Amino acid sequence: MEKLINDFGFGLFFWQGIVLILLIVLLRKFAWKPILNSLNSREEGIENALESAEIAKREMANLKADNEKMLQVARGERDEMLKEAQQIKNDIIADATQDATHKSNDIIAKAQETIQAEKKTAITEIKAQAAELSIQIAEKIIKKELDNETAQMELVNKMLDDVKAN
Amino acid sequence: MEIPALVGTGLIVIGAGYGLGKIGSSAMEAIARQPEASGNIQTAMIIIAALLEGLSFAALIL
Amino acid sequence: MQNFSITSVFLSLLVFTSVSIFAASGEGQVDTQSKINDFIDHHLQDSYDYTFFSDGETNKHYGFSLPIILIDNGLKVFSSSRFDHGTAVVEESGKYYKVYNSKIYETNAAGDINLGETGYPTNDRPLDFSITKNVATMFFVGILLILAFGGLARQYKKRSVPIGFGRVLEPLVLYVRDEIAIPNIGEAKYKKYMSYLLTVFFFIWLINVLGMTPLGVNVTGNIAVTACLALFTYFITQFSANKDYWKHIFWMPGVPIVMKIILIPIEILGTLTKPFALMIRLFANITAGHVIVMGLVSLIFIGKNAAFDTPLSVFLTLFLFVIEILVTFLQAYIFTMLSALFIGLAVEEHTHKEVEAETNEII
Repeated sequence: MEKLINDFGFGLFFWQGIVLILLIVLLRKFAWKPILNSLNSREEGIENALESAEIAKREMANLKADNEKMLQVARGERDEMLKEAQQIKNDIIADATQDATHKSNDIIAKAQETIQAEKKTAITEIKAQAAELSIQIAEKIIKKELDNETAQMELVNKMLDDVKAN
Repeated sequence: MEIPALVGTGLIVIGAGYGLGKIGSSAMEAIARQPEASGNIQTAMIIIAALLEGLSFAALIL
Repeated sequence: MQNFSITSVFLSLLVFTSVSIFAASGEGQVDTQSKINDFIDHHLQDSYDYTFFSDGETNKHYGFSLPIILIDNGLKVFSSSRFDHGTAVVEESGKYYKVYNSKIYETNAAGDINLGETGYPTNDRPLDFSITKNVATMFFVGILLILAFGGLARQYKKRSVPIGFGRVLEPLVLYVRDEIAIPNIGEAKYKKYMSYLLTVFFFIWLINVLGMTPLGVNVTGNIAVTACLALFTYFITQFSANKDYWKHIFWMPGVPIVMKIILIPIEILGTLTKPFALMIRLFANITAGHVIVMGLVSLIFIGKNAAFDTPLSVFLTLFLFVIEILVTFLQAYIFTMLSALFIGLAVEEHTHKEVEAETNEII
């Protein structure tokens, strides 16, 4: 302890005080204040940048969500339209088929009618011709048969017999 | 230095060593228990160690 | 003999302080140990001239003189070279001065120093404001700090991120702010004390580091220096203290009145022991570090076998030097940290009291 007290140099103490005060004042003015201020502003800048980045990110996400929604709607609409078109197409096809079937059926029916009618006329004609033919044949046969008297008599008898039998 | 002073110095050193050991060991235990708080524990440990050191130096010098 | 001169130079170069005393011990007649003690003592103390190394055999010193400033019946300024490294008596306007143990004493014309019973001179000491080695070092450190940090501050005008050496300094400033000031003082009030904390931190650190260099100074290992630093912390603490702090000292809340009266002197003493501890521990740490380094270097000259002792000594010294480099930082850190802690205790708002009261009411 005595050694310490003996070693205590007042000059050193004094100069240390002066140097320290001077250093604090000078460094405060020329170093610490500008350094700390710029560090602070830099940190604030970084914080702000981070914050705005965060905001931008959020906006981006919102935008993306909006886009997605719009896309979804558009897709829905498109699907709807496609469906409608499909429906229309199907309807058209169905209508057309039905129409065509109807028409063809009509045509066929008419054709059949015509055929039937033709057939009838043809048959009637054939019948008429056959009757004429048979009459002519019968005329010829009769003319030939009735050449002799006996045969004519015989036939009249026979016919009379038949009538009688009836 | 006379003999009593030397013995006193020895005692101070023993005491300080014991104290430092205790601080160190409990700090280590605390860090092992809560590794996430190791920074705080280290700071507290250094402060206490520094105070103890100051005390023992004061005792040694006076 | 030749061998010993080499080791002498080696020692001088290693510790780089003034008097080389080992040249004579080659004859084996001189008490080496007491010489080493003297040598270490001399190194630990301040000196009036800046001597880098000296040759004990030819008594030649390499360095430069510094101005002596005395206030003793008026201002006296002269060069330290007139003391001739402590050997000469200086006569200045009717008074005689002599350097003894790196201190100036008033003496008679013959330069007699009267040692008292305690072994210390009883001669009067003039008020001594000399620019000693330590003071010169302080100035040097101050200029270095202003250049370094002023440069860093100027860099910020041009760009937001410093380049070059500023890249090293900026994290240190941030470290002091984020690890020392804010946790101990608190986010709200730390800004007022940043100047002091930063200045003290870098001043102590740089001056400690300079103590490890060949300049061979031991500034913070000087009780006057640490006392001054501690006193600054003390006054800053007391002047920034708020009402709560004083209330806790003079009228401790929550204890019986008898205890309050007993606690007053204890608390007042407590405010004084804090800076005292601050002063002692910085001084003692740095002094102890220097003593051990010097002692380990001196191992070379105590042992019998130089071939074996020299590598051992160099190894141990190197080892300790590395530790001491850590210590230079650690001491600056702890001094700043404790200063911040004391300031923080003084400005702290005691909100926990109310919280306690509330919880008590609820229970």
